Amino acid sequence: MNLPNTDEIIDDLEFLDNWEQRYQYIIDLGKALPGLPESQHKEEYLVRGCQSNVWLISEEKDDKLLLHVDSDAVIVQGLLTLVMAAYHDKTPEQILAFDIDNYFAQLDLENHITPTRGNGLRAIVGKVQQLAKHSQA
Amino acid sequence: MNLNVAQIREQFPILHREVNGKPLVYLDNAATTQKPQAVIDALTDYYTQCNANVHRGAHYLSDEATRRYEAARKTVADYIHANRQEEVIWTSGTTEGINRVANGVAQRLKAGDEVLVTEMEHHANLVTWQQACKRSGASLKVVPINEDGSLNIEQFHSLLSDNTVFVSMPHISNALGTINPVKELTAAAKAKDALVMIDGAQGVAHGAIDVQDIGCDFYAFSGHKLFGPTGIGVLWGSYEVLQDWPVWLVGGEMIATVSYQDATWGELPNRLEAGTPNIAGAIGLAAAIDWLQQFDAADILAHEQALLAKATKLAEQTDGLTIVGHADNKIGVLSFILDGAHPADIGFLLDKQGIAIRTGDHCAQPLMKRLKVPGTARASFTIYNTLDEVDKLFEGINKARLMLA
Repeated sequence: MNLPNTDEIIDDLEFLDNWEQRYQYIIDLGKALPGLPESQHKEEYLVRGCQSNVWLISEEKDDKLLLHVDSDAVIVQGLLTLVMAAYHDKTPEQILAFDIDNYFAQLDLENHITPTRGNGLRAIVGKVQQLAKHSQA
Repeated sequence: MNLNVAQIREQFPILHREVNGKPLVYLDNAATTQKPQAVIDALTDYYTQCNANVHRGAHYLSDEATRRYEAARKTVADYIHANRQEEVIWTSGTTEGINRVANGVAQRLKAGDEVLVTEMEHHANLVTWQQACKRSGASLKVVPINEDGSLNIEQFHSLLSDNTVFVSMPHISNALGTINPVKELTAAAKAKDALVMIDGAQGVAHGAIDVQDIGCDFYAFSGHKLFGPTGIGVLWGSYEVLQDWPVWLVGGEMIATVSYQDATWGELPNRLEAGTPNIAGAIGLAAAIDWLQQFDAADILAHEQALLAKATKLAEQTDGLTIVGHADNKIGVLSFILDGAHPADIGFLLDKQGIAIRTGDHCAQPLMKRLKVPGTARASFTIYNTLDEVDKLFEGINKARLMLA
């Protein structure tokens, strides 16, 4: 899949100045993400958010982590694309070195990606970082 | 007489703030209601003028705090038409009230006994009884709902048996807004000698409650859904049932005599209220009830029904929107799903427009499964909401629909 990279996303969002445009962008990203077939919506891949479900499957290939994610809510799916841009197809070292907080701050999606929001995004970030640490060890 | 909603809104400071740069449209009242200035003032006044521990101080402030605290109990007792004020037991909220009763019932349940609940339970009135049954070997029977979200009354009667020892049901469903005919159902359960508990978390917010008229043994509710503070709630129980109810917390305040090896319990309500209570919360709740009682209950009801009627009408005109819960007898809640949109997406996009609703399973996972939905978006209305806000809700929903299309 052709994901935009983090710099492209930061640039794109910077260009959009009202919330409608910004969220339309996130929604469109979410729709473009291939997601996972229904058969892969398994309990073992589920990362529970309070309001929507997120599934995460990872595999290692050529020292890089490949991530496959899906959500039943399209905005969460779009937000997952932001995370994928940072973490998909990267080495554990790249993942752990990436300043995710600074990235989120630059995206300026207000309170959407704060830990108190029950959309599972922080849980995904934590899980990917954990996977990266594990595969490094 | 109609309610002067503009004047009512003036009394709620929080309704004047902006959220995401838009005037707040607060439609999450089934989760918690906002607080009028009178309640905020009562809390401030208590802490600035009167704070002292109750029932034991040998000084002026303690006497005054005790008077205000016990007057609050009287206010609640009158509001729900208790026989006597000793029947009003302070709790932290509905959940604690139900847990206290379920734990007491669990001590008396045995294998073969049956406890009856409904398919529309909030987890607080389901997990409690499920666990009480697991501990005791009793079985949990679940009364189904009809497709419209009303309770299947025939099934209620047929599941009620000579083995039914306890029935617990919601007065009003938090997820669907369905009003249950609790008086009729209580009478049927009492005819089988079962004890009856009503989960009044939603019921208490929509008009005066008369526990004697309902005829139940227990009625539990939370202060914060009734314009009062969080952390204070009420378990009402009939005196006859409460007087030998198993004590749930032991310690100070609840005893009569104590030796190193033994203790005897005090009288109601103290025997069920160990420790220093939430004094400010009780006084704040009484202030909320006093505030609410300046309005005519019929006017409040008419206003809430007008809000729901308008919301229902606009919902029916919205393409792709399905209302979840169509019971003839419902109040306060419009639960819905939109084709091709997850409830969380709707919630996010409404929030960006300053509109607060609840999305998700509403602490009723088995009910959502029964209805075959992942959750719903829920707008819930109360005394200070306006017809204009209902319009804003649907402008918001339509915008969300277009963005998600």
